[in-house]
Amino acid sequence: MRAERMITPAVLFVVAFLVTALPFERSGGNFAGTASFLTTFLTTVGIYAIFTLALNIQWGYTGVFNFGVAAFFLVGAYTAAIVTKDPASGEFVQYVGGFGEFLSPNFLDAGEWLPFIVGIGAAGLASGLLALLLSVPTLRLREDYLAISTIGIAELLRRAVIENPTVVGGTNAMVGIPGPLDGYFAPGDWKYAFLVMVFVFLGLLLFAVERGIRSPWGRVLRALREDETVTAASGKNVFAFKMQGFVFGAVIMGMGGAVFGFGRGSVSPDTFDHFFATFLFWAMLIVGGSGNNWGAIVGAFVVWGVWTISLQLNGYDLPGILQVRIFFIRDLLIGSTIVLFLLLRPQGLVPEQRRVSSWLDRRVRTPPDARPPPEADATGGE
Amino acid sequence: MSTYADRLRGNLRVFNEFVAGPGLWILITLLFTYAALFETQLFVIGLIVGSVLALGSIGLTLIYGVLRFGNFAHGDLMMMGAYVTFFLLNGTLLGQRRDTNIGVGLNDLPAGTERLGDLTFGYSFLIAVALSAVVLAVVCIGLDRLVYRPLRRRGSAIVTFAIASLGIAFSVRALLLIIWGPDPRTYVSGIHKAQHYPFDVVLKTDQVFIMVVAIVMAGLVYLLLFRTKLGKAMRAYSDNPDLALVSGINTDRVIFWTWVIGGSLMAIAGSLLALQANLKPELGFQLLLPLFAGAILGGLGKPQGALIGALVVGVAQEVSVAYISAGYKPAVAFLILILILLIRPRGLFGDAN
Repeated sequence: MRAERMITPAVLFVVAFLVTALPFERSGGNFAGTASFLTTFLTTVGIYAIFTLALNIQWGYTGVFNFGVAAFFLVGAYTAAIVTKDPASGEFVQYVGGFGEFLSPNFLDAGEWLPFIVGIGAAGLASGLLALLLSVPTLRLREDYLAISTIGIAELLRRAVIENPTVVGGTNAMVGIPGPLDGYFAPGDWKYAFLVMVFVFLGLLLFAVERGIRSPWGRVLRALREDETVTAASGKNVFAFKMQGFVFGAVIMGMGGAVFGFGRGSVSPDTFDHFFATFLFWAMLIVGGSGNNWGAIVGAFVVWGVWTISLQLNGYDLPGILQVRIFFIRDLLIGSTIVLFLLLRPQGLVPEQRRVSSWLDRRVRTPPDARPPPEADATGGE
Repeated sequence: MSTYADRLRGNLRVFNEFVAGPGLWILITLLFTYAALFETQLFVIGLIVGSVLALGSIGLTLIYGVLRFGNFAHGDLMMMGAYVTFFLLNGTLLGQRRDTNIGVGLNDLPAGTERLGDLTFGYSFLIAVALSAVVLAVVCIGLDRLVYRPLRRRGSAIVTFAIASLGIAFSVRALLLIIWGPDPRTYVSGIHKAQHYPFDVVLKTDQVFIMVVAIVMAGLVYLLLFRTKLGKAMRAYSDNPDLALVSGINTDRVIFWTWVIGGSLMAIAGSLLALQANLKPELGFQLLLPLFAGAILGGLGKPQGALIGALVVGVAQEVSVAYISAGYKPAVAFLILILILLIRPRGLFGDAN
């Protein structure tokens, strides 16, 4: 039992050590270089944690089966790009929207933050709307139908982007998405500020999700996941609650897409293929532990850590045959990890807590004999 | 007391029972008639693509019927079948920089590559496909033993199987990339002349071969399911697992043979597909959408439905090329899927509930 409790810290430690040590060693002990590398790494982890958190709401809490995270990712990223960019400038650069200029009035340096707030909001809205539309034909049916429909919509949207170069840039990517507050920092320093912004945003989301899940609303979602019939029998509208869980998750995915676009500075259809934009998040959630928000974040860290480590290994003198295939081997590693976790550790690295509500927690944490008598309790004894 | 919602629900049920089912058949007939009359060439190509898809969809629907989960690894395993055939023919693997050849392959058989009639391949291809079918059946059973059976024993939720199959899908794709690399592959190189047929249809002989094989395989599956005791057991188990257990049907045997049939159909479908298109590891996941659309259109768990469903999807996808960009082919499969889910989720042949 004790040994089992050590698994998660051990895994975290090994990943953290390798992620720090490999670039440090390769850069010949350059502290600044390593810090810069780690900043990029942690920013990516933070952004992916947003998606894993959203997937956790859909799958971990509501039991809704989304195999097309890429679709919501794509909608969010492109919506935010369209909103925040400056208008298109001529024959060779064409896209719709480009409201950045109009959203940058001169008071309070609004140009540095207003487009991004509007962009994130619009991204969440568009992505939520897509989820709403998709849930109508599929959510009343068996889980697999939603799964295949989301795969379908992801493929369809990616094709639509490629086929419409004049609307959203096609395969040439949409470049030149501005970064929030980048006017205040030297070009090399902005990424540190962005890291802070990402983690503040992630923290806010985490807080909102935790509050939501611990609320009566969240309890209905979890009840639904366990047994739809019983939940329906206690008078809950199963379809409405499933839809809310699905849409809530999709809104967060859309916002994550927006943040991704701001950080990357460009969006292109290759980013949204099934492996990179859907499966990776599933791997993160399963490894971290579905049904636990902290698990989702731990999973994002561990899986992206393994991903990065394999990238770093490629810089060493590996046997040639391995060098050619290291990326495919990494894919295989992550694919089989998901299966192994389902078989050997279905609860993930950070298992779900069997708690019902925060109110009950407080009651349980206080031993019965230490509890004040009921009269005192009523007047706020705790 | 009946509320408005109740009345609406009743009307929907009537609609579903008496309008949606026949309506769907009428739509399909209209599509086929229109395509056959005005887009004859695309219609025939669509039937060929559809018949390959059908072999995949039939396997998918059989696995769904017996094991109760959507096998998201189906497309990638089909690709694996195609690559195994490729390997058996040429003995080619990806080396450090370029291909390495192990030096043995079925193409080295005496007169193995001598073309059969107007086809582009010799009898070595037939042997390779047959062996590949055996390999894929073994792979499927191995996956069942290693992954799905432990999950079954634990009584895992259906969705867990689906996630596991997604994990397998990506692992298989990665494995194909490791062994054969990302470059497109073909079984035989060289130009292949097309033949003219009545009604201005131009076809390669390989395409005719594909269709014939697909029809023969579908016929064999029909015979197996409806004329043998094993098939009866499979259908019974698929209709009602509890009842089947009570009547003494051996579950393990049913599941074993489901994987054998599903796996061999994957290999055959994949190899046929590779006869007329380049072989690429990414193709597998793109196949999923049309495969599922076909299976759901026919009614999940119903092989005869999957056959018709896949033909419809194939024809609709190919005919659409006359009107919209070919890049939107997956969109056509997706639209069919959504349409079915909206008006008749149980498909053409599915039972109520």
